[in-house]
Amino acid sequence: MTNLKLDKQTIWLVGGVLALLAVSSLIGWALSLRATGDKGKATVQNLNARIRAWWMMVAVFGLAMATGGIGSVVLFALTSFFALREFITLTPTRAGDHRTLFWVFFVILPLQYYLIAIKWYGLFSILIPVYAFLFIPIRSAVTGDCGNFLERTAKIQWGLMVCVYCVSYVPALLSLNIAGYEGQNGKLMFYFVLIAEISDVLQYVWGKTLGRHKIAPTVSPNKTWEGFVGGIATATLIGAGLWWATPFTPLQSAGMSLIITLMGFGGGLVMSAIKRDRGVKDYGNMIEGHGGVMDRIDSLCFAAPVFFHFTRYYFT
Amino acid sequence: MMKALLAAIAKLITGASARWVGCAPDVRQRVYFANHTSNLDALVIWASLPPPMRDLTRPVAARDYWIKGALRRYLANHIFNAVLIERKKPTAHDNPLADMLAALGDRHSLIIFPEGGRQTSSEMAPFKGGLFHLAKDRTDVEFVPVLIENLNRILPKGEFLPVPLLGGVSFGTPMRLESGEGKDSFLTRAQAAVKALQK
Repeated sequence: MTNLKLDKQTIWLVGGVLALLAVSSLIGWALSLRATGDKGKATVQNLNARIRAWWMMVAVFGLAMATGGIGSVVLFALTSFFALREFITLTPTRAGDHRTLFWVFFVILPLQYYLIAIKWYGLFSILIPVYAFLFIPIRSAVTGDCGNFLERTAKIQWGLMVCVYCVSYVPALLSLNIAGYEGQNGKLMFYFVLIAEISDVLQYVWGKTLGRHKIAPTVSPNKTWEGFVGGIATATLIGAGLWWATPFTPLQSAGMSLIITLMGFGGGLVMSAIKRDRGVKDYGNMIEGHGGVMDRIDSLCFAAPVFFHFTRYYFT
Repeated sequence: MMKALLAAIAKLITGASARWVGCAPDVRQRVYFANHTSNLDALVIWASLPPPMRDLTRPVAARDYWIKGALRRYLANHIFNAVLIERKKPTAHDNPLADMLAALGDRHSLIIFPEGGRQTSSEMAPFKGGLFHLAKDRTDVEFVPVLIENLNRILPKGEFLPVPLLGGVSFGTPMRLESGEGKDSFLTRAQAAVKALQK
């Protein structure tokens, strides 16, 4: 794979993120000196745990990118695996689904990422929505357990779509052939992950500092209109400012960032609704301060396929 | 070495996180009694104990199952240091209670599954009397209820390939036989203590 090379722009992107993290760590440290009261201290502690986890996640992502395209495919395959594991754990299935789940985890998931690695767009874009969609109910029906059949099947299909299919569109960005941007797709993937995640962070920051009016208190008490507007607007501006790393013009880059951030917001909201319904706060506890893997990638899941297809339609 | 490796693998596959709700990890003598839904149960409880406790804690297991095949025998004898008991036809000469008391000795702890076998339904089966007799003979030992969650989904009875979901092991508040407490009362109380660990 020759998608990733360390050009000047990549160095600027990586350097920028590292600088941002360094500044965040300093702010987190300053806040920890000033925090008063139990609630304030807990918030700052959680903030600092989140920042520490960010260092870790950036290191892992950077390492994956440095090993070339294949490293990114493996990283997102593992991410899908852990996210799907959290998702299926939370959505009750029955003994009759056991063999189906085995197929889902150990055949369909690796196959999807194999197809991404060999860049077979024609098949990776339909493997799960067509073939896995039909295979899953067949495999479960063979076991003869009819209880809650539609519900169980739908949950497995949904988990596979969100945790595997949607997430796999992130490394799939490496397979796009964009005229005049050959060999630079690594930056596009970096740009996408950066905008999706920084939008989350900025919505959190705006919400924590100015948030008053809740958007959907029954779904996610932390999402406010102030956080939404402030986060989306600033993330879109940052996206526009990073146009030089993408195949887009500044205006196109702003539009793309707006799509990423809006889809990301929607993803966060939907995945929260599932958590509320199941009566949990987080999907897991793998990433300190953030919760589970699914809690961190909910916005990526929803934004990745849309960003991929917009880019593919207009720029290839 | 093998033990640490196996414990790490077990934790990885089952994603089992140990929750010490009612007591802290301690090497004092204890009997951990748990609900039983999967062949992974004993392995996961054992793996979720810190290493010094792991070396002193012996799972009680069915002899008929664990002497079949070289691998099972190796695991039972050399890794888990299991106490293999006769569950089908106990006799005076081959008495599970005597075996368990002997295994407990003056420094070991035990892991036991008082339902007597793996359950396929989500309801626990009534506890067998062995737990009561142990508690009666060893009033100095702490009896710790343990709830195992989701392992039946990871490896249900009758399946041989595990599915990597997230399991959980919760340790409750230690209990002892009250003075004058009868068998039924103690067993009911013990079962309720396991159930109560459900979140």
